[in-house]
Amino acid sequence: MSRVEVERVYKIFGRRADEAMKLLQEGRSKADVLASTGCVVGVNDLSLRIEAGEIFVIMGLSGSGKSTLVRHFNRLIDPTSGTIRVDGRDILQFDRRTLRDFRRKTISMVFQSFGLLPHKSVLDNVAYGLKVRGENRADCRERAVHWIEAVGLTGFEHAYPHQLSGGMRQRVGLARALATDTDIILMDEAFSALDPLIRAEMQDQLLALQQQLHKTIVFITHDLDEAIRLGNRIAILKDGELVQVGTPDDILQNPADDYVERFVQRRAK
Amino acid sequence: MFPERLTFSIADAVNAWVDALVTHYGDLFRQFSDAVLSIIVALEGALRGAPWWLVLIVIVAIAWHATRRVVPTIVIGALLFLVGVMGLWDKMMQTLALMLVATSISVLIGVPLGILSARSDRLRAVLTPLLDIMQTMPSFVYLIPVLMLFGLGKVPAILATVIYAVPPLIRLTDLGIRQVDREVMEAVTAFGASRWQKLLGVQLPLALPSIMAGVNQTTMMALSMVVIASMIGARGLGEEVLIGIQTLDVGRGLQAGLAIVILAVVFDRIIQAYGRPRQEVRS
Repeated sequence: MSRVEVERVYKIFGRRADEAMKLLQEGRSKADVLASTGCVVGVNDLSLRIEAGEIFVIMGLSGSGKSTLVRHFNRLIDPTSGTIRVDGRDILQFDRRTLRDFRRKTISMVFQSFGLLPHKSVLDNVAYGLKVRGENRADCRERAVHWIEAVGLTGFEHAYPHQLSGGMRQRVGLARALATDTDIILMDEAFSALDPLIRAEMQDQLLALQQQLHKTIVFITHDLDEAIRLGNRIAILKDGELVQVGTPDDILQNPADDYVERFVQRRAK
Repeated sequence: MFPERLTFSIADAVNAWVDALVTHYGDLFRQFSDAVLSIIVALEGALRGAPWWLVLIVIVAIAWHATRRVVPTIVIGALLFLVGVMGLWDKMMQTLALMLVATSISVLIGVPLGILSARSDRLRAVLTPLLDIMQTMPSFVYLIPVLMLFGLGKVPAILATVIYAVPPLIRLTDLGIRQVDREVMEAVTAFGASRWQKLLGVQLPLALPSIMAGVNQTTMMALSMVVIASMIGARGLGEEVLIGIQTLDVGRGLQAGLAIVILAVVFDRIIQAYGRPRQEVRS
């Protein structure tokens, strides 16, 4: 059993989603559907499996639906059709309470522009996931302090997000996700807003942490270098469709089509 | 000339409706009125009964707690003292009691409605034109039926004040909550926060500056209603202005007007200080 199984998922934004679905199944393109129904196709008939303990990178240009796709895994977005199973459980069947529990204990997330609470200190931000699920203050504090140290922010516990640099803020975001000790961590372009040096540093840190933790990490990026550096496997998305899935070597040696080839060539230069 | 046969008046229907309301539910309205009145009377009694220096110290202490700055605190104290010097202390206490009750009722109605309206676009679509009407309808129009239902005195004055003063609070609460960063809300949802955890832990604290701006607007609008309210029997500074107008006593009117302005300044400073995000105050 894979940790995350996505089967034939479609996500269509717009009022005439049913019509748009039909057109897609007839094989029409994303642009056609937009022109004739006004609906935007986010994810188009996508299936994939993510194994426990791997860093699975989802890559694509902006607008390829990768951020939309990752939000299906914790149901920040619900699909128009299809099934999503996590550890064998169909998460689309969850009622509100089960879903909340699932988000608290099984899956956490790191955001591109950090999503930190501006009115809370670093310590309270890192402890947020623990506090929300009702753990006592002493435990929250202890775990938060531990993870603040692990990401190298000791000394900044009582600072507020607006006093930190971008790299430091994302360390807070990472510590917040790690502190909840969930099996799965979603990282939506987590390092894209950072400058190249800090970015490389954060990538090293993530790899070092992963060596000890063996989490299942779903990492979204638009950068092939980052994908190859971090990923055990890489999925390439275009217009909401899966173009290729494979190890970094597969992608570099045997690009499935022109789209992937262009990524690879640009890297070679 | 507009053709006669096309004219149509809703006046009779409305009159009949209000009359029926008064006949059938008059007692109910009176009971409500008495309940509100007892709160105001108690508060007014406490404010007027307490020694002036005690009230002054309490307000100055609140001002200090809110602003944490010496100069504004001293200025607030001095301004209030000035009102006492003008011989209007007692009247100011009456107006203050009226204001506090009107503002509290407005907050109790306005903040929850604002929260609901931030949740539902449909409710907002219904509420917006209603609030526009409440703000633009001349207040005398609803003063008359309010008078018929609640009688003369403080309670109708307060209700009229609430009708006039609550819309900006609803709007600004709604706006403040809607303006909370989308990604912050997404993050909070992703970590499994419940609705109440989102509301109390994130939305309200982040919307606080906007909500306090709404409370501020509400108090300012309530103050601007005191003169009109005095026409239906509310005592206090508004009454002084009214007497000034009726007896062509410009000086007396001006003094009371100044006292109202001072009260407005004091309220404004204190509420604005509480509306500032806390971490900025600290750093």
